[in-house]
Amino acid sequence: MSEPSGAAVSLAAVPHADVPSKSLAAQRVLPLRRPGRWIATAVVLVLVAQFVHGLVTNPFYQWDRWGYWFLRPTILDGLLITLQVTAYSAVSGLLGGVLLALARLSRSPVLRAVSWTYVWALRSIPLIVVLIFLYNFSALYKTLSVGIPFGPAFFSFDESKLATDMVVAVVGLSLNEAAYAAEVVRGGILSVDQGQHEAAAALGLPKSYQFRKIVFPQALRSIIPNYVNQLIGLIKGTSLVFYVSLLDLFGSAQTMGSTYPGDIVPLLLVVTVWYLILTSVVSVVQFYVERHYARGATRTLPPTPLQKLRTGLTDLRARIRREATV
Amino acid sequence: MTADTLRDLADVEAATVEVHDVHKWYGTHRVLDGVDLTVRPGEVTVILGPSGSGKSTLLRVVNHLEKPEIGHVSINGELIGVKRHGERLKELSERAILTQRGRIGFVFQNFNLFPHLTVLDNVAAAPVATGRLGRARAQDLARELLGRVGLADKTGAYPRQLSGGQQQRVAIARALALRPGVILFDEPTSALDPELVGEVLAVIKDLASTGTTLLIVTHEIGFAREIADRVVFIDGGRIVEQGTPAEVLDTPRHERTRDFLSKVL
Repeated sequence: MSEPSGAAVSLAAVPHADVPSKSLAAQRVLPLRRPGRWIATAVVLVLVAQFVHGLVTNPFYQWDRWGYWFLRPTILDGLLITLQVTAYSAVSGLLGGVLLALARLSRSPVLRAVSWTYVWALRSIPLIVVLIFLYNFSALYKTLSVGIPFGPAFFSFDESKLATDMVVAVVGLSLNEAAYAAEVVRGGILSVDQGQHEAAAALGLPKSYQFRKIVFPQALRSIIPNYVNQLIGLIKGTSLVFYVSLLDLFGSAQTMGSTYPGDIVPLLLVVTVWYLILTSVVSVVQFYVERHYARGATRTLPPTPLQKLRTGLTDLRARIRREATV
Repeated sequence: MTADTLRDLADVEAATVEVHDVHKWYGTHRVLDGVDLTVRPGEVTVILGPSGSGKSTLLRVVNHLEKPEIGHVSINGELIGVKRHGERLKELSERAILTQRGRIGFVFQNFNLFPHLTVLDNVAAAPVATGRLGRARAQDLARELLGRVGLADKTGAYPRQLSGGQQQRVAIARALALRPGVILFDEPTSALDPELVGEVLAVIKDLASTGTTLLIVTHEIGFAREIADRVVFIDGGRIVEQGTPAEVLDTPRHERTRDFLSKVL
């Protein structure tokens, strides 16, 4: 502070020395070098290469046995069971979830309490416990009847005939799935702006139309990613049906593994690859379904991978041409 | 555009709106404190008042988006949201209330268009959903109405691709698709950029000249002066004074009205 005028002079002089003689306007700005990023990339690439190399060359994995098992009929039968159980449980779980969510959002305190209690109970009980409990259900209730509550029955079912392994598995997974789906659906419905409900009401749209055409399609934007997450959990969760003696993908591999103990590792790899494929298919479907329901929510739809590739190539070509001219 | 749709547009009759001694509380807070108001067919009424005065609530009571605790509203003599039950009023079923709302236009401050539907489907939704028109006829009507608000070229667009002023004009066309006897506007230009206000006001002005009954809550004093047949000033949930724009805006009789006008003019 003792020499303010002197400081001002030296400050003014500094930028002068920095200005290049050539006009700056015509110059391209050199991008900042990032050596740290290059080193990190190199390290990761080496690690990935090592892992892949190990995967391919380590005899422990027995890839020839993997090739033998991958498309075996027992495995494919198991795969079919997995797909069936997943599909039935996903659909009935979602339907149950929508009903539970509507009950939870209703103005009736009884419906709200029942829905809350259901979700609370089913989220607390491990799925394996639900499944084994249902498996033993026929011992608890010998017959199921349709009739007047506490009154006479119209039809009766013999529980042990009705409850096949498949039914037990699907019912167990659906009960569990519905509890989680209820929260996903409820969150989705709550994410729709209050103004949408008001506008629908102000236009006098019938109540069911309001839900089906106005609120639910908008709720789906947030429901889909969360429910797909749930669905992927379900696909893997179906491996538990092995414990109620249903031979799904995992169950078949497990059974084969006990017959051919030397092939346990390749059999686990077969199962792993199949689950990877199933999850990947679900992810691809998710992308296109999400894109469908994004209409109107964003000004332009997100590009499909093919569109991305095409614009990427066009950009690259333009950049190469630009580099060549400069 | 078929001859039928043209007839659909023409046979709308302007409605009389009567508000009788309406009281409304939110908890212990008194929002409306005995409001009486009669709007004659084809009359353009502008409601002014400071924020929190109850003017939006009054508008929402008219189409029963809000239930009054005491009092009632009738349109063309038909009670809204309630029915007579001996000497008492009884709440109508939700379905009956929705049917009544199908004849009352409502335009929101934030447009509240359905973002997942095209502009055309936004306008055609109500006539189709209520079964009043088939899909094709409803779309004809929607095209006609969008033309009337100057958006004939935007039928395929989604609301978020439009400017605020365009969205509000779509919202007005959507209200018109109900063929309403009365249209309620809740601060229709408050969410708009200043340069977009004019296009929306021009559409409302056009509607005023066609003889539809309009009830408008707004802060645009100049606009009120220009189109209103009557200006109503509300404060503290009560009508402080009402009259022609000249009476209320130029020579207000009440201190509170003068105070409010001095702040907004």
